[in-house]
Amino acid sequence: MNRAGRWFGLLVALLAITVAAVVAARAVQPDEMLKDPLLEARARALSRDLRCMVCQNQSIDDSEAPLARDLRVLVRERLTEGDSDRQVMDFLTARYGPFVLLKPPLEWQTALLWFGPAAILVVAAAALLLTARRRKSPHQGPDGGGEDTRLSATEEAHLAELLAAADSPGPRPTS
Amino acid sequence: MIPELGHFALVVALGLALVQGAVPFWGARCRDPALMAVAAPAAVGQLAFVGVAFVALVWCHVASDFSVLTVYENSHSAKPLIYKIAGVWGNHEGSMLLWVLILALFGALAAVFGRGLPATLRADTLAVQGWIAAVFDLFILLTSNPFVRLAQAPFEGRDLNPILQDPGLAIHPPLLYLGYVGFSITFSFAVAALIAGRVDAAWARWVRPWTLAAWMVLTLGIATGSYWAYYTLGWGGWWFWDPVENASLMPWIGGTALLHSAVVLEKRGALKVWTILLAVLTFSLSLLGTFLVRSGVLTSVHAFAQDPARGVFILAVLMLFVGGGLALFAWRAPVLQRGGLFAPISREGALVFNNLFLVTACATVFVGTLYPIALEALTGEKISVGAPFFRATFVPLFVPVLIAMSFGPLLPWKRGDLHGAAQRLVGALAIALVGIAATLAVDSRGPVLAPFGLGLALFVMAGAVADLVERIGLFRSPFATAVRRAGGLPRSAWGTMVAHFGVGLCVLGIVGETLWGAERIAALKPGQTQSIRHYDVTFDSVTPRQGPNYRELAGTFTIRRNGQTIGVMEPSRRVYPVRGTTTTEAALMTRGASQLYLSLGDPDPDGATVVRFYHKPLVLLIWLGPVVMMLGGALSLSDRRVRVGAPRPAGAGRAVQAAE
Repeated sequence: MNRAGRWFGLLVALLAITVAAVVAARAVQPDEMLKDPLLEARARALSRDLRCMVCQNQSIDDSEAPLARDLRVLVRERLTEGDSDRQVMDFLTARYGPFVLLKPPLEWQTALLWFGPAAILVVAAAALLLTARRRKSPHQGPDGGGEDTRLSATEEAHLAELLAAADSPGPRPTS
Repeated sequence: MIPELGHFALVVALGLALVQGAVPFWGARCRDPALMAVAAPAAVGQLAFVGVAFVALVWCHVASDFSVLTVYENSHSAKPLIYKIAGVWGNHEGSMLLWVLILALFGALAAVFGRGLPATLRADTLAVQGWIAAVFDLFILLTSNPFVRLAQAPFEGRDLNPILQDPGLAIHPPLLYLGYVGFSITFSFAVAALIAGRVDAAWARWVRPWTLAAWMVLTLGIATGSYWAYYTLGWGGWWFWDPVENASLMPWIGGTALLHSAVVLEKRGALKVWTILLAVLTFSLSLLGTFLVRSGVLTSVHAFAQDPARGVFILAVLMLFVGGGLALFAWRAPVLQRGGLFAPISREGALVFNNLFLVTACATVFVGTLYPIALEALTGEKISVGAPFFRATFVPLFVPVLIAMSFGPLLPWKRGDLHGAAQRLVGALAIALVGIAATLAVDSRGPVLAPFGLGLALFVMAGAVADLVERIGLFRSPFATAVRRAGGLPRSAWGTMVAHFGVGLCVLGIVGETLWGAERIAALKPGQTQSIRHYDVTFDSVTPRQGPNYRELAGTFTIRRNGQTIGVMEPSRRVYPVRGTTTTEAALMTRGASQLYLSLGDPDPDGATVVRFYHKPLVLLIWLGPVVMMLGGALSLSDRRVRVGAPRPAGAGRAVQAAE
């Protein structure tokens, strides 16, 4: 790529960063807030679970972007009209897709997301129990204590080799 | 001239890294002491040459040499000196050079302190360190060269992103990288053990202090970053479950698990294979964090695909080391000799429990961070995984860890008695219950979770102290005896207690801030007063001011409590003209561990200014906790067992047995 082209790319990137920095911080404005404190509290709680779709990982409650403001106003409109929390979320999901939800719904595509770690926990715990049981039964006392001092096959071979090399003084105790 | 010198030094460092990676490794294979002895001087030379490159880059920034592209893009002649220096790592190229510098630093430290190690282990460890250094030197030279010159030098630079012009961000990246890259030593060490096919006492003794050192700085680094976000971003959040934060949290959790399994390995010779695996995984997570942050894949999968040079290179590095490390593990781990056995209810058992849940919590963060990227790449479908997801999954996984944390130190090695440990925790439980009852009595209409959160935090803190009380027999024997015993306790025991207490402090801060915090948002005109909790805040005036490289509009607020003036707060809004960026400078007033937080919005057309008021109870504990945890780590690191023998080459193996 020529120098001018690279420069232009850099300028665009810097501009994007600058815009993102301006957009960051301070969200809910006093003029948006509802008079009814209970309704406003519900609106705030819902806003925290809704993504500002033009921002990076910000809820509409945190974002200063115009789109976030529109969504906040929309949430409050729906609540004032008597929608339940569930209805508001459904309305927004229908309109903007699941991308708007910061906590993805449980579906086939998200099953691994929701259950993956739990599966890891179960598998790891089961593996631990099995190993513990397997190692305890064959050559260990019932108390499960003590080190496994038996030599592996390679070590047996190595030991035999050493003993053979030092054959004259006879077998010495191996400490 | 100076930039070229830096560039040249980096090329020499690459050459040295290749030597460090190849010669000692070969020497270890054919047992040639002369070849193996190349490792240490090569590692020290690596540090020297990367150091020269880094100093050269710092010089370019300090001297405002705008003929260097990265300096032009990220600096400005009017910037204060500290931010000229901090600006070196405030961008991709410079931060990668810092990464490599720290890698070289750890390599050199390992070379210097590793004199007591068996020669082949030391040679292999430094060789692996050399491979990592070579790959990252190459990465910088090929894709992210910070010394690229401009044909025509501009007169002025474009300035550093203003939100990065902050003392917090001057020290946050170096600390974070010290932690991340510190785990490279445990990785190299683990790979060397896998190559040798044995984990002996010297290995076990070595791995814990290095893990501990890396973990300590990472803890402090994450806390610094969190506090920076808290006061800079202007709405008082301190953790956002942002992928960039998750990228640093994953190695931290991995490192915490590694630290605890290394204790078992050191003391009891058990969990060898598991410790090796964790060492490989922890550094893999550090590399993954570097990849996530540096490749642009987080911004969007498409941005990554459009400018893939860096991303693909780091992805290849990631696959090389993670894939290579895990493959080597799968191949060689069965060769390792199994360690000592223990009953499920024992200190070892508690630490395994801790590891199980920590690893699962880490997996939750991993899956949550990467799932949207993977799903979009595979199916094109876009989903969001944000804070609500992590709150619903990560927090429940951490609660068992917190509860078990108090039991662990009270259980003896090999075989313990849960009932006995529980009896010793009766006092801690009583404190927690009193806390819960008091919360319910004072604030019965507050958040449902608050009493339990508080109870948990108190239980963790009291549990940590219970361990100490038990060990010195505080209430059972005369006070003087107890004090004498306290003095005789090993520092690692004190370290555990202090660190666990720090975790409790942090939990207490989180509970206080999230469940009892208050927020008011109002449009005020000068002279108007807003009240929040026990405080009345009067908006006095708003005045324009001029700073070195910014203009600001500063508000003055008088804070009163019960009619008495307790202070003045001055939040402001700054405009940095070079980039046309606006930032919010929040004002903080500390009252005990709690803070009053004011942030200024834009003025209305009719003369009112939007002001955000926050009362954040116990918020400082969120960061004080990690500092205490780090101090606990430092105490443990200063333990006799670690100090004695470390500088003494021959006695290393014997000292372990003596400490048993």
